[in-house]
Amino acid sequence: MNAPWMEFVPLLWEGLKVTAEVAFLAAIAALALSGASGLCRVSKYRTVQWAAKTYTELFRGIPLLVLLIWVYFALPFAGLELPKLAAAVLAIGLNYGAFGSEIVRSSIEAVPAGQREAGIALNFTPAQRMLYLILPQALPRMLPPFGNLLIELVKATSLIYFITLSDLTYQAMILRNNFLPWTPHIFGLLLILYFLLSVVITVVVKWLERRLTEGRV
Amino acid sequence: MNALSQTSTIVKYSQVKKSYGDLEVIKGIDLSIAPGEKVALIGPSGSGKTTLGRMLMTLEEPTGGTIQVDGQLLWHEEKNGRFVRAGEKHLHRMRERIGMVFQHFNLFPHMNVLDNVASAPRKVLKLHKREAKERAEAMLAKVGLADKIDVYPSQLSGGQKQRVAIARALVMNPKVMVFDEVTSALDPELVGEVLEVIKDIARQGDMAMMLITHEMDFARDVADRVVFGADGRIVEEGPPKEIFENPKSDRLQSFLGRFR
Repeated sequence: MNAPWMEFVPLLWEGLKVTAEVAFLAAIAALALSGASGLCRVSKYRTVQWAAKTYTELFRGIPLLVLLIWVYFALPFAGLELPKLAAAVLAIGLNYGAFGSEIVRSSIEAVPAGQREAGIALNFTPAQRMLYLILPQALPRMLPPFGNLLIELVKATSLIYFITLSDLTYQAMILRNNFLPWTPHIFGLLLILYFLLSVVITVVVKWLERRLTEGRV
Repeated sequence: MNALSQTSTIVKYSQVKKSYGDLEVIKGIDLSIAPGEKVALIGPSGSGKTTLGRMLMTLEEPTGGTIQVDGQLLWHEEKNGRFVRAGEKHLHRMRERIGMVFQHFNLFPHMNVLDNVASAPRKVLKLHKREAKERAEAMLAKVGLADKIDVYPSQLSGGQKQRVAIARALVMNPKVMVFDEVTSALDPELVGEVLEVIKDIARQGDMAMMLITHEMDFARDVADRVVFGADGRIVEEGPPKEIFENPKSDRLQSFLGRFR
């Protein structure tokens, strides 16, 4: 007997859309937090550095699932009740932003000191040095680790199932309840779909890498 | 503080000191450079020559003494009648007069040759795009690289890279320029082309130069005055002829002996 694939597709498609939506929004949040806190880490002001470091260490050290549950189930007790989607985006963004912060910081610090010195010698302001000299060189270095991080992030969205967001994983579980004998097929499809999502990210990041280093050898 | 301003000097080090922790590398230097004067700094490695240049370019802050550029204190500014450590704004104003060429070129690898030279005129001097480009092209022609404006630094030889770096510093039109061992990282056969370019600039320019160098023939050819330093102090200074043909101190004699 053939598996009823056509029964799986609509539900998984709905789930895929939710997963993609959460992943996309969380990625934007994570990238914004990475950039902001990574830049703060290389600030000349100690307090700014310290604040960013605290954020990084704190949110790197908390399991995403615990954070997710905390944001969704504990924050309401403090009077902050977030919709599921917002809770998911916030938790994932905070968590992955902390990892991304390290990528931004280390890539900026990896730009040779001579570049900063040449910028000073040409009388660029500190902001101009960052914008025109340091960041254009740091960005290509950030891309591969950020590609990794985004793939991790997409896979991590499967945890939002625990706050009952109807993502890909959630839909697969539902399908499994209805089509128990086809469990391997359903979960097989689930694996493939997550894999395809990560392939898309890999391709996009590779393309960006080529674009950003064009002309340079 | 008006006594500080003297039009006959563009740079004046007064009892300048620099320490890194317990290690004192500059032990009280007095040195003046006149407008347009070419001063060569020679001396053994570790004598503090490069540190002296870097303090002028505001890359290192002295731990003692003062440096004046164009009659104004470089590392200090007056606030409410007191001289305090200079802020970024003051340094920014002062740097208009100072330029530097580095041993390791420090070209911007993400920009082509033209943008390497044109970016500071455009962003710092706020020139119109076309004017910045024209100035950069003229400067690149001056260093013999008019045909390389579209290539990236990685495609250039060491000598070409250093000539781009010279054009990049020159285009900002500084009153004094530090040349920090600009041929030390080059293959021997590429040293000549860079030195020729610098000699050319020295001949036509009214820009003062601080030439930190290990090339004695070059120092002799270009410099109006040679300063020999060792262990963070100036040991001997004078016209090139004096220094190279009639060295007085033992330190200088034994130092020059190594180049014969």
